[in-house]
Amino acid sequence: MRRKGVLLFAIGMALIAVPLIITSEFYVNLASQILIYALLAVSLNLLLGYGGMVSLGHASFVGLASYAAVLLLNAGFGQLASAVLAILFSTACGGLFGLLALRASGIGFLMITLALGQIVWGIAYRANTLTNGDNGLRYAARPHPFGIAIDSASSFYWFSLIVFAIALFFIWRVTRSPFGASLQGARDQPRRMRMLGHNVWLIQWLAFVLASFWGSVAGLLYVYYNLFISPHAISLQQSAEVLLMAILGGASALTGPIVGAVIITLVKNVVSTYFERWNSLLGAIFVVVIMFMPFGIVPGVRQLWARWRAPKKLERAA
Amino acid sequence: MTPALEVVNLNKRFGGLPATRQVSLSVMPGERRLIIGPNGAGKTTLFNLITGDLTPDAGSVKLFGQELLKLPTQQRVHLGLARTYQILTLFPKETLCHNVVLALLGLDRMRWDVWTFLLGQSHLYDAAREALALVGLGASADRTVAETSYGERRRLEMAMALAQKPKVLLLDEPLAGLSQEERSQVRDVLARVPRDVTIVMIEHDMDSALAFAERITLLHYGEVIVEGTRSQVVADPRTKEVYLGD
Repeated sequence: MRRKGVLLFAIGMALIAVPLIITSEFYVNLASQILIYALLAVSLNLLLGYGGMVSLGHASFVGLASYAAVLLLNAGFGQLASAVLAILFSTACGGLFGLLALRASGIGFLMITLALGQIVWGIAYRANTLTNGDNGLRYAARPHPFGIAIDSASSFYWFSLIVFAIALFFIWRVTRSPFGASLQGARDQPRRMRMLGHNVWLIQWLAFVLASFWGSVAGLLYVYYNLFISPHAISLQQSAEVLLMAILGGASALTGPIVGAVIITLVKNVVSTYFERWNSLLGAIFVVVIMFMPFGIVPGVRQLWARWRAPKKLERAA
Repeated sequence: MTPALEVVNLNKRFGGLPATRQVSLSVMPGERRLIIGPNGAGKTTLFNLITGDLTPDAGSVKLFGQELLKLPTQQRVHLGLARTYQILTLFPKETLCHNVVLALLGLDRMRWDVWTFLLGQSHLYDAAREALALVGLGASADRTVAETSYGERRRLEMAMALAQKPKVLLLDEPLAGLSQEERSQVRDVLARVPRDVTIVMIEHDMDSALAFAERITLLHYGEVIVEGTRSQVVADPRTKEVYLGD
């Protein structure tokens, strides 16, 4: 327990120190991107890992929050009001999407989320007068939360880190809460859970709303970072990539999607500058990981660690 | 007196196959009712209709006078209905204790809490351990279901249902697949269930459950063939016909 605390503190300090150690603006910006995608993947994992619901439409919340924020800001709302209303709007859409998607389970659920994601993408792409179509929309300027400018690469990184840490803390609490236990129960034995008095549908819907809320927060960070939103950010490929992050890192662990987000974002942005076929490399990594660690990297490494430790423990006992 | 459980003219067809035909039965509060019948007689289907896992084509199911058929399963549970499954339906990767905690949470408003740590809720864990001790699993509370034997899992099913302090308890073949010793353990557990709990029990094997039953309902091809006290049903020629053939 104490060792865990020390480890957590060390990781926290290291994350805070990133912009001080890495002075290259490119890599600090990359770190911010990783945080944004990690939050998106962790929020999706509430559905995937804890709820057992595979969604292929999670990037739509990036779009809904981003477009809403841009349009509200352009309509004359302040930064704070735009942010709050954008997240509310996007989360409410999540509530509606959950209502539709939870008509089905399994593949049916997946197909409905896919269709809903494509509808959001289609609107962004086609509703020229509102969204400027393929050209996308610019977000005027980053906000100044509490009067602090977050325009530089390092200050934006710290801002994202704070948001990410708060989100992760909340999501961690949810996974350890009675609701989290019910959500996991509904994943494993929905019929039994009903017979124990649980409203499985409502549990899953609330999880969907929670996931869309934190996905929308990630979306807001996305538009603050890029100061731009276009349909490309919410394409099917984006949704699939976020899903891949969670699966690669391990959907059964809270930290799994974070590891997945780090790897995929790095391969996409760093490797792609040296190696044109980065997509193939990503595919190869995925295949190798799934072959040797079918439940993803974090659970796989944990298993290896336990196996490596077990003989030592026995030795000590002897 | 209002019956604890009242089923009237219940019908259910699976395609062309009638699984339940005009089934009516009335179980008084505190009664121990045994439902017997050969394989495919519709015993489990009857339970599934009562709990809401299946929707009947026609008929009525009342719990203490209240109509259940319009209610979803979880609301029926909140009214005091509990059941065990013939085919074990547990959470295999979790500990026995956690399994019972999920049962307790089902009736606790706290199940919507997204902030407090479940593991810190000692009142739930104490109650869960108590329920496990009641079925003789007190020492195994921290083992996972995957590490337990079949007989222990059957008793866990029972602990989960009993922990909810139901008014009407439906037991689907609680003795199936158990050894002699385990059977007597389960029978002891049943004997200790207080009389304010009404028990309806399905048992395929008459010998092992006869001692427990006060009244018996015999189902055959989805129909109630015989109903009465233990001795009446045992003496009835139709019982012999169904069980022994003519």
